[in-house]
Amino acid sequence: MKIVACIKQTFDTEAKIVIGGDGQISDEGVNMILNPYDEYAVEEAIKTKEKDGGEVVIISVGSDKTQEALRYSLAMGADRAVLINDPALANADSHAVSVALAKLLSDKEAGFDVIFTGKEAVDDGAAQVPSRLAAKLDIALANVVTGIELADGKAAVTREIDGGTEELEMALPALIAAQKGLNEVRYPSLPGIMKAKRKPLDVVSLADLGLSAEDVASKVEMVSAELPPARKAGQKLTGEVEEVVAKLVELLKDEAKVI
Amino acid sequence: MSIVVCAEQRDGKLSKVAFEALSEGKRLAAAAGDTVKALVIGSGIAACGDELKKYGADEVVLADNEALAAYTTETYAAVLAAFVAQESPALVLMGHSTVGRELAARAAGIADCGLVSDCIEILFADGDYTFKHPIYAGKAIGTFKISGATRFATLRPNVFAIAEADGAGAVVDFAPEIPEAKVTVKAVNKVSGDRPELTEADIICSGGRGLGGPEGFKLIEDLADSLGAAVGSSRAAVDAGWRDHAAQVGQTGKVVSPNLYVASGISGAIQHLAGMGTSKYIVGINKDGEANIFNVADYGIEGDLNKILPVLTEKLKEA
Repeated sequence: MKIVACIKQTFDTEAKIVIGGDGQISDEGVNMILNPYDEYAVEEAIKTKEKDGGEVVIISVGSDKTQEALRYSLAMGADRAVLINDPALANADSHAVSVALAKLLSDKEAGFDVIFTGKEAVDDGAAQVPSRLAAKLDIALANVVTGIELADGKAAVTREIDGGTEELEMALPALIAAQKGLNEVRYPSLPGIMKAKRKPLDVVSLADLGLSAEDVASKVEMVSAELPPARKAGQKLTGEVEEVVAKLVELLKDEAKVI
Repeated sequence: MSIVVCAEQRDGKLSKVAFEALSEGKRLAAAAGDTVKALVIGSGIAACGDELKKYGADEVVLADNEALAAYTTETYAAVLAAFVAQESPALVLMGHSTVGRELAARAAGIADCGLVSDCIEILFADGDYTFKHPIYAGKAIGTFKISGATRFATLRPNVFAIAEADGAGAVVDFAPEIPEAKVTVKAVNKVSGDRPELTEADIICSGGRGLGGPEGFKLIEDLADSLGAAVGSSRAAVDAGWRDHAAQVGQTGKVVSPNLYVASGISGAIQHLAGMGTSKYIVGINKDGEANIFNVADYGIEGDLNKILPVLTEKLKEA
């Protein structure tokens, strides 16, 4: 099996967001991590290899810094990594990322059986790349997946929908986008971290992929960013239980008018 | 140019966010001098057409086909992309539900169009649209523009106002070729119970580690049922295995914006606040007076939730 996991490096979820002088979000001093949903994708890729054999390739579109997230994935147990790094992709939107990934996966890295991704990245929260990539590669997609069984060239998956779950079946190759709960993500072991340093990590440019800057021109541009209006602490209700509850119900009814 | 609203339905029932999207489409169409067309995809959906007319769609378009009885992203996106190709709209709107977000992204992928997901505001000025979308799970708000003739946007549920409107036009059929789906839907399992969907609920009652165990959620469920509310959870309670992840509110869970959010036994970590910070009113109940939830709660009660919640539930039942 050729097993691929596509990942993104994101801000730590504990990061405080600061807007820089240019009106854009500052990454100064921010701890970068492997996108939490992509951790499930990497874990599932490694688990699949452990069960069925094959090779796990980790792919990302990013900068030099992204190599850390790729090395982390290699330390978890993936075999090799490919980073698409090009100045023309500096502000890549979901469209641009999916075009670059699709080109790599239908050309230099063709022949995959299954692609794992996270269901969304916690930074832009767009949740677009899995669907766009599946459309570009014209393969089946199972999105927001919490359970997978791969056998006989088929995938049987459980996935979340609004107000419930669905059981889906599809022939491979397919793209499976992971939701929390799919698996328990392992931590890299010390030997794993040592080994990861020597595992192949190829860096490719758009030219290497046979793409032009125009091919990956973003459609969506973030003009500016602002911090949301801060919430203020309201009133604290004090007294005996009966008393504060009565007061709360009254406020919800008469002041907030929400019940 | 027109605005196309893809109105989501399941089992012939339109979702609340479908009405929100159509109302917003109608408002933007008036601002831009465009017409708005509502597209419904499914099987046996004639009644949806009549319902959507109440919201003033200039045209209601039904892609009604037995092959579309079960939702698959592939087939539905093919229909939507075909309609977009025929119509060349300026704007395509739909709800940012679990289904809507992937459907929009796949159709935008086929059509090679830009998409801003999870919008909380859309403006039309000087002949162009601007989209506001919370990023970093609401820790910041980005303002976006989309290049190209057709722009896609999904709308955060519970944010855009629903408004009935006159001027409804005809209901017409749309019958594009439907590709064979590579995915087979074997079963659809609805979560039992009458509680509303978390992202569409007007009121949400959430519990966290302070509940002390999975049995503590009984208090939250009773409170929720007295209010007709949905039940949410903090990440801590999900990670402890007390509640399914589908209930998790926060940066790695669902982002919600109800009228009222009641947080019991939730400390208020930054990741949790990111998921519910746009709620209209927040109530915090916690035994720790220093808990961060009190820094954002409109009404806070410091005390033992095991004593407070049953009394609150009873009081609300009487009310």
